[in-house]
Amino acid sequence: MSTVSRGFKGRRRPSAELPPGQYLVEDFPVLSAGPTPDIDLQEWELTITNETGDQQRWDWNGFRALPSEPVTVDLHCVTHWSKLHTTWEGVSLDTLLAEVETSASFALVSSYGGYTTNLPLEDLTDGKAWVAFRYDGQDLEAVHGGPARLLVPHLYLWKSAKWTRGIQLLDQDEPGFWETLGYHNYGDPWREQRFWGD
Amino acid sequence: MTSSNLWSDGNALAGPLHDVFRVDVTTTIGRCTACGRTAPMAEVRVFDHAPGVVARCPTCDQVLLRLVHGPGRAWLDLRGLTYLQLPAPDET
Repeated sequence: MSTVSRGFKGRRRPSAELPPGQYLVEDFPVLSAGPTPDIDLQEWELTITNETGDQQRWDWNGFRALPSEPVTVDLHCVTHWSKLHTTWEGVSLDTLLAEVETSASFALVSSYGGYTTNLPLEDLTDGKAWVAFRYDGQDLEAVHGGPARLLVPHLYLWKSAKWTRGIQLLDQDEPGFWETLGYHNYGDPWREQRFWGD
Repeated sequence: MTSSNLWSDGNALAGPLHDVFRVDVTTTIGRCTACGRTAPMAEVRVFDHAPGVVARCPTCDQVLLRLVHGPGRAWLDLRGLTYLQLPAPDET
């Protein structure tokens, strides 16, 4: 069990300091590129598919039986709001990937509803990412990505795909929903990587 | 130019598309590439509490249109539409 306050590659900044161009919010804005999917836990699944096509699959009970941990992190949305000290519970990607054999360099995350986002696989490992299922002590609400969402707090929040369904491990990078239309391929808020060329 | 001179460079689009890109999109009719629904664009579902604007088909949720604004530029994706039917003046 560990509590993570920051995951910013060793940077040490006062917790109240925001990345450039961000403002602080106290509420939790809901952003979505589509309707909130109605996901039956009996039907829910999470898959990780490696570059050779081998797949690990968890149903809800199997996923919830995995070791999980509390996480306290700051969120930074590319639409300029930041929310500090948010508390979650989730399964580390290190735990999920421990059962997957791979030498891939990239990941493409897909969601119920069709959303996708891409990131280097190394940004999902070493305690930097979780599949979260509780927020602020409660089961994660559907509008915030429940029953389970990716949480990658060191990147802009569009990388933390709501309603996570699958992670495909790839040898070649494959830009996702926003990354194919102007948004930065990596999305580091501390380097203000909002758009292509930033 | 090729030897047959059947095409011009992109500058030739300026005239024909000038009026098209000034159109009020709510007056157009669009066809969804996924389900074929053909209806006024004013009837689509727009998700604009997002990093960009996403218009979806009200029948099948297919993404019809995406628009992202960045500083000094914008990106428009119309891949979800087979076509847009636009009001246009008769040619004289």
